[in-house]
Amino acid sequence: MHRIVLTAILLFAAANFLTPAAIASDESVVTSAVPMPVVPEAPEGTECVADPDFMRLNHMKLLQHDRDLTMRDGNRSIDFSLKECVDCHVVRDAEGVAVTVDSPQHFCRSCHEYAAVKIDCFSCHASRPEIEDAIKLGQNPHQASVRDLVPQIDWTLQTGAPKAEVGNE
Amino acid sequence: MKRIIYSQIDGTGSGFYGLFAFLGAVVLGAAFSVYNMEHAGHWITGMSNQVIWGTPHVFAIFLIVAASGALNVASIGSVFGKKIYKPLGRLSGLVALALLLGGLAVLVLDLGRPDRLIVAMTKYNFTSIFAWNIILYVGFMVIVAAYLWVQMERRMNIYAKYAGLVAFIWRLILTTGTGSILGFIVAREAFDSAVLAPLFITMSFSFGLAVFSLILITAARGDGRALGDAVLERMGKLLGVFVAGVLYLTAVQHLTNLYMAKRVGIESFILLDGGIYTQLFWGGQVILGGLLPLAIVYSTVIKNAAVRLAAASVLVIAGGFAQIYVLLIGGQVYPQTLFPGMEVSSSFFDGVVAEYAPSGWEVSLGLGGVALALLIVMVGIKFLSFLPQSMADEDMDPHHKASGA
Amino acid sequence: MSNCGSKCSSKAAKPAQPADITQFDFDRRRFLSVSAAAAGVVLAPGVMLYGVGAPSPAHAHADHGADASKRWGMLIDVNKCDADCDVCVHACADENGWQGTHDRPASDAQWIRKVTVRDPSTNHTQSLPVMCQHCAEPPCVDVCPTGASFKRADGIVLVDKHICIGCRYCMVACPYKARSFVHEDVQDQKTHAPRGKGTVESCTMCVHRIDVGGTPACVEACAEKAGGAMMFGDLNDPTSDISKHIATYATRQIRADLGVDPGVRYQNL
Repeated sequence: MHRIVLTAILLFAAANFLTPAAIASDESVVTSAVPMPVVPEAPEGTECVADPDFMRLNHMKLLQHDRDLTMRDGNRSIDFSLKECVDCHVVRDAEGVAVTVDSPQHFCRSCHEYAAVKIDCFSCHASRPEIEDAIKLGQNPHQASVRDLVPQIDWTLQTGAPKAEVGNE
Repeated sequence: MKRIIYSQIDGTGSGFYGLFAFLGAVVLGAAFSVYNMEHAGHWITGMSNQVIWGTPHVFAIFLIVAASGALNVASIGSVFGKKIYKPLGRLSGLVALALLLGGLAVLVLDLGRPDRLIVAMTKYNFTSIFAWNIILYVGFMVIVAAYLWVQMERRMNIYAKYAGLVAFIWRLILTTGTGSILGFIVAREAFDSAVLAPLFITMSFSFGLAVFSLILITAARGDGRALGDAVLERMGKLLGVFVAGVLYLTAVQHLTNLYMAKRVGIESFILLDGGIYTQLFWGGQVILGGLLPLAIVYSTVIKNAAVRLAAASVLVIAGGFAQIYVLLIGGQVYPQTLFPGMEVSSSFFDGVVAEYAPSGWEVSLGLGGVALALLIVMVGIKFLSFLPQSMADEDMDPHHKASGA
Repeated sequence: MSNCGSKCSSKAAKPAQPADITQFDFDRRRFLSVSAAAAGVVLAPGVMLYGVGAPSPAHAHADHGADASKRWGMLIDVNKCDADCDVCVHACADENGWQGTHDRPASDAQWIRKVTVRDPSTNHTQSLPVMCQHCAEPPCVDVCPTGASFKRADGIVLVDKHICIGCRYCMVACPYKARSFVHEDVQDQKTHAPRGKGTVESCTMCVHRIDVGGTPACVEACAEKAGGAMMFGDLNDPTSDISKHIATYATRQIRADLGVDPGVRYQNL
């Protein structure tokens, strides 16, 4: 009985620690029941606020740190605000309506569902942009170039490329 | 006095399994309620922006207050040296732990964001008596566990007195803290009072002993263990003293309030024209929970000591629920005073007595906490030696004289 | 060993399985120790990752919205407040997205409300808006177990919904019944006013507007569409309109006797 329990523990630990290593070493072998996230390409003229690899590793840390700056200190001109993320990373469905986090196509949800990391942001924060608001309040001059493009960019999942003409810059 | 032998209960009969299955079903029902409350939101319950804390909190407060009091039996044995209660010390610790876990489970599962429990355990605002209570509850669990260990490990028995003292002081602070959660609130006239802390302590003695008595009698009868009249009589009289204490402090609470002209409104609501709350106060708290149990334990109307204690305990528990319901919910339905002396009305139920009816979800959650506590006791006494083999008079009573002497 | 009674013999040889406990006890104890070890192995990686994952500081700007030298407050002239008017309530609901569409008045959100006050001895009636009073000594901040209910440096009392656990103790403690609990799921929140199920909320004095130099929505709406009864400003600045006004005319706070020092004052009440 002792041996069975020990074997079970070792197998469990092995499954936890070794499988990710196996997958990482040979990506072509990966097949998953959960669909890989479909990340829309950024249209011409826009760019990510930071290197995508950096963002993949650190976006949660930036959000978590900055939320207290805004919440407690009232600092509303920080670089990486959730609102800006949502404004830029909007995904539209076939009718051109922005999807909320209820849809598996939602930008944040598609990756997070794949990674099996639950996110709590959208129980309180809006998961799709409120365009009029973003422009009206004139916040965060650092993101002006991307924000100005938002109404003109037509993200569609099927083509992954913008249909409309991209404006200046 | 003979050396006490403790043993696990048999726990294989249909009675045990039947009760276990029933309690398990109640807990599952509560889990279902929690799922619904979490998924749909609190609007499905009877709680609202007016009656903010409802039936789950009535159950939670009762369980937590009773948990603190259930440890009393062990304290009287270890700290105050009353030998007749010493053999019951282990069961007392188990019941205290179980009731606290049940109460906390109800409290935590009713939170708007129970998934953030780890936030509550790691971020503390030390001006909040609620935050202190979280620390006190967790500390209580650790202390009771340690207290149980020094009682159950014979080589550590010499330390039982000290562990018992620490546990006794800790739970006085804990119950003061629980009472102060309401007592520190200036915003509600039914709560804002220093007497709530000692009232809660007395309530804990009373409810804790009542719950402990019922569990003791049920466990002993269920497993066919002798339970002598000596300990039952003593516990009955002790319960009477505690019930009288609660009645006294309740009287002080209301009489003091009546002397304040500004509190005449809330007092006449509770004592005279509050409808269900007035009925629960007089009928439930005073008569069922106070005068009737006193009459039962101090008279010989009921001949059998076990039945007498059990009947009194059941009434005390019923009265206790009524008391907490009147205090908590009655205190919230009564309108808050924004403009003293004026009549107010608004779209947010200012100036009117709020409506509240317990929803099935809330009652189910509350009962789930009770069932969880009882399940923990059942598992405890089945797998570990909490219950003395015999609690007959010759084993328990230090003054017992053998028949014929 | 509880089953021994007084019959334990310490002189007996000690086999791997002690003679005075049963096989059941022995198996049970081994099961418990192995389970504890298994639990430790299972939990250890999680604990390690949690400890390792610490956020790195982000690049932030030096300007802060909350200035400790200011104390934001409001002044409401009750004489200019019409009993039938609730423009402020609708403006707030619109601005912050809490319009109660659920037709459940007992549990719907209410950040600001119109209260009608009648003196029973003279029959004189008044109407005034009541919202979070942004007290200097807020009872809601005192009682919050996690510190989610907090007072900003500039006096505005807010709920940090990131750490609100939804215990509703602040709602019990507020003398003005200013707070409400979100009883149901919320969708498409206003981006400047996040709100979600299971957390407590109340008037924020439109911090998102104030921080960029604006005024609260209710004050603005009252000035534009109604009697102009509401004034907003810095109570710490003796040259601000509101400070000059309250120095000239008699104003009072609701339930001033409680000593919480609200930032909202009422004139002609």
